[in-house]
Amino acid sequence: MSGVRVLVGTRKGAFVLTSDGKRERWDVSGPHFAGWEMYHVKGSPVDPNRLYASQCSGWFGQIIQRSDDGGKTWTQPGTPPGERTTPEGMPKGESNKFVYDTSAQTGKPLTTHQWYDGTQHPWEFKRVWHLEPSPTDPDTVYAGVEDAGLFRSTDGGQNWQELAGLRGHGTGPKWQPGAGGLCLHTIILDPKDPGRIYIAISAAGAFRTDDAGKTWRPINKGLHSQYIPDPNAEIGHCVHHVAMHRSRPNVLFMQKHWDVMRSDNAGDSWQEVSGNLPTDFGFVIDVHAHEPETIYVVPIKSDGEHFPLDGKLRVYRSRSGGNEWEALTKGLPQNDCYVNVLRDAMAVDSLDKCGVYFGTTGGQVYASANAGDSWTPIVRDLPAVLSVEVQTLP
Amino acid sequence: MLPGHLRALARVSAEVQLDIKGPVTQRSVLDALEDQYPMLRGTIRDHVTQERRPFLRFFACEEDYSLEPPDTPLPDAVASGKEPLLIIGAIAGG
Repeated sequence: MSGVRVLVGTRKGAFVLTSDGKRERWDVSGPHFAGWEMYHVKGSPVDPNRLYASQCSGWFGQIIQRSDDGGKTWTQPGTPPGERTTPEGMPKGESNKFVYDTSAQTGKPLTTHQWYDGTQHPWEFKRVWHLEPSPTDPDTVYAGVEDAGLFRSTDGGQNWQELAGLRGHGTGPKWQPGAGGLCLHTIILDPKDPGRIYIAISAAGAFRTDDAGKTWRPINKGLHSQYIPDPNAEIGHCVHHVAMHRSRPNVLFMQKHWDVMRSDNAGDSWQEVSGNLPTDFGFVIDVHAHEPETIYVVPIKSDGEHFPLDGKLRVYRSRSGGNEWEALTKGLPQNDCYVNVLRDAMAVDSLDKCGVYFGTTGGQVYASANAGDSWTPIVRDLPAVLSVEVQTLP
Repeated sequence: MLPGHLRALARVSAEVQLDIKGPVTQRSVLDALEDQYPMLRGTIRDHVTQERRPFLRFFACEEDYSLEPPDTPLPDAVASGKEPLLIIGAIAGG
């Protein structure tokens, strides 16, 4: 029987939750890297045992970890294959070096962006927000970092090179951080076109490359943000997350700071599909594994109050690609609930029926084995959940 | 002496003994430490600027050496191995 592995990153470690295809009983493993912030853990689509993890700390900086056995053991990727330690018994490995490309040969990358007060500020590496493994090569993985930049490793996470054309394409000096920092948090690799990559940055907007990262352009037409005076602003939008169904890579769904949006032309233009949502502020958005017009969001009250409206934790589902939404509440707390669901903390499996998962800042990870009709908590008391990813295992 | 999280990362349980040739300074100690434990590169000082991470402090013989230039000699007691160089994570929070 097939199974499911849920990879959970929290403020104080990573957890691996596993179940068989029924998704009723769960084994919980962790905390891995106890005490560290685990921003993201994600598996390779071509090798489910290959996992990448972003481990970071305000004290000690950034570490990349890799597992080749589905999360049972981990190494820093600098360690050669089959060799866990030095002759003295120490693990080898250095996988934490993210250095912005400042060479003139690669698009004249910029060295400053806009700071909160409008002045220019140097680009400073802080952490990896998102890791996106290649759909074809287990050794190739992309990293979205703060301050916003896109890096790629082709040796299993050992060495990282910036795709500097993104920062160098022209609007970089106008990017400025959102409240959470100037973070590149979304990376979507087009499954049909290896040259096409979508990324999103808070608070710069969404961007697309069609030549595997050499050149980039903003794709924010149709986005409107109250705090930007120019109604046609090319950049400056606080995009919280973007999702795509692999069968239709030209159709994108976006949870912006406020507004839920969709694009049917690879981001060339966007239309609002917030429809009857009780509030269209939020962070997560995802797409059903088998129904490309079925999408999920978790509405949050406002940018000043990061918790569900009226203390009721509700996932909203649209089966029409937006505009018409239904509240999914069965099994979710409907009073006194004041948690948040962060941007990378929702995922789906590809079983039939589609499983939907999300984690909260209160430490709960909820699962639905019936596409959202009902929910049960897998765990209730983890540290604040930063990210949730799901692997459907053979 | 390393903070707990870095001891876990380097998989050491107590004090780290380092053999340093030449003057014993912050820089020579950290160079030797990172040479022996490459997984610690970038965790105590920045990869590019080599500056101390803001929330880490260096103490020896009950004195704070955090703000001293990296090539300032450390006390003889540290050089001789009698006293440890303490790398401490700042207490931050509420």
